[in-house]
Amino acid sequence: MNKNMVVSVNPHIYAGQTTQTIMRDVLIALFPAVIASIVFFGIQALLVEVVCVAVAVLCEWAFEKITGRPVTILDCSAAVTGLILALNLPVNIPLWQAVFGSFVAIVVVKQLFGGIGQNFANPAITARVIMLVAFSGAMTTWAPAAFSNAPVDAATAATPLAILSGAEGELPTLLQMFLGARGGSLGETSCLALLLGFAYLLYRQVITWHTPVAFIGTVLVCTALLGRQPLYQVMAGGLFLGAIFMATDYTTSPPTPKGRLIFGLGCGLITVLIRVWGNFPEGVSFSILLMNILNPYICEWTKTKPFGGVQA
Amino acid sequence: MKNNKLSILTNGIIKENPILVLILGTCPFLAVTTQASNAIGMGAAVTFVLLCSNIMISLLRKVISDKVRIPCYIVVIASFVTLVQMIVKAFLPALDVALGLYLPLIVVNCIILGRAEMFANKNNAFDSALDAIGMGVGYTLAMLAMASIREIFGAGTWFGIELPVLIDNNISIMTMAPGGFAIFGILIAIINKASNGKAIKKKDFSCEGCPSAAACNGQNCAEKKGAAAK
Repeated sequence: MNKNMVVSVNPHIYAGQTTQTIMRDVLIALFPAVIASIVFFGIQALLVEVVCVAVAVLCEWAFEKITGRPVTILDCSAAVTGLILALNLPVNIPLWQAVFGSFVAIVVVKQLFGGIGQNFANPAITARVIMLVAFSGAMTTWAPAAFSNAPVDAATAATPLAILSGAEGELPTLLQMFLGARGGSLGETSCLALLLGFAYLLYRQVITWHTPVAFIGTVLVCTALLGRQPLYQVMAGGLFLGAIFMATDYTTSPPTPKGRLIFGLGCGLITVLIRVWGNFPEGVSFSILLMNILNPYICEWTKTKPFGGVQA
Repeated sequence: MKNNKLSILTNGIIKENPILVLILGTCPFLAVTTQASNAIGMGAAVTFVLLCSNIMISLLRKVISDKVRIPCYIVVIASFVTLVQMIVKAFLPALDVALGLYLPLIVVNCIILGRAEMFANKNNAFDSALDAIGMGVGYTLAMLAMASIREIFGAGTWFGIELPVLIDNNISIMTMAPGGFAIFGILIAIINKASNGKAIKKKDFSCEGCPSAAACNGQNCAEKKGAAAK
């Protein structure tokens, strides 16, 4: 950013954080999930991830070149978007659909609204929702994971959430759920890998605990109250991936602790509503997208009062 | 003056395109543009009604009292729409089913009422006819562009013809409402870019162009200017 445009009051503490270091930390935090996806879904998983990241970076570069904006691919934000999107896709997604998704995420959701820091919704989650509506067949056909209890010769497997809402199939054990041996998107299955990433992000102070804990806690409490196997509900679907990596996106979530708690609470409630009463088995991506849209209002409600300031 | 006639005719195609620049009549634009053939049918129906009503209203502009002009316009427009509806029902039943409610709804289509209010009641019948043809062609072209994009990518067909690779790899969101809105926005952006934004900025509505001018006597505009000055 132009140095002349920075206005703040001294004294300042230099934290050493830049967009680049933050995004690099997110990439490192996603690394366990990438490894898990390759372990459970094979080398095709890596291919989907590489394609998504490459297309996202390429789209960002091309769009900024064409429109004459400063090129921001070195800050790694496009790579993060591409990788998170890839982790949200099933392993057998046709590659051209993954390319379409990355294009939508970067060009339509991020760049058309002004680039990094200007998008109204998380690019990866919006692209996922658009793909879910556009390619509903391919986006909900899940390959069986390695080490899961699906029959060896099965071509597809029901996700635990689908089984919970009535589909045919045998529920995996809680340990399988936690490690990730179950049907689902590439990066969402292994809670262990995602928790490792969460710990790293907390340690590096890239995110705070508020949104993920409020999000997951709300789902846990609500499903427990409704008597719907809360432990499975929490570990199934994209809840950990969404709560840790997507609901904490800087641009589209509130900056204050109070705001973040409200944000997480709202995400959790909408997720439970969709899972329990909605038509879709999974509601995490819709809930984050809807809360992204409410984000400006939450920011307005939870604005920090300046010290000694008077209510206007 | 001859140039003027030509520009009246061509205005509606790009510079004052009723849909992409004036943003009128967007409801059927979003709803029926899932197939190119529907777009042509709807475009033809609207152009016909627009042409007839523009001529009729222009001829009657001295007779119609200012205070009751809107009901009069509606009566004129509704007669022609009824005509079109009966013809389509009798000779093109498939189109009638495809357009459904949007055919009778041409009565309240803003393009037709808007051109009656903004053009036909101030100009002679010949100019009004030229304006109607230009606007009608602009409407049809915009419909065709939108419907082609949505049909080709959303369904993999064009005018019902199956296209090789695309038929197996369709992006069904294109034919749904969100895809319609997204492509509408992109088309507006392209037109705006192509005309350097002049097309829209130029339409700074004065009281003359405003349909509620008689009721408000310029108060709204004065208030807005006052608010902007603050």
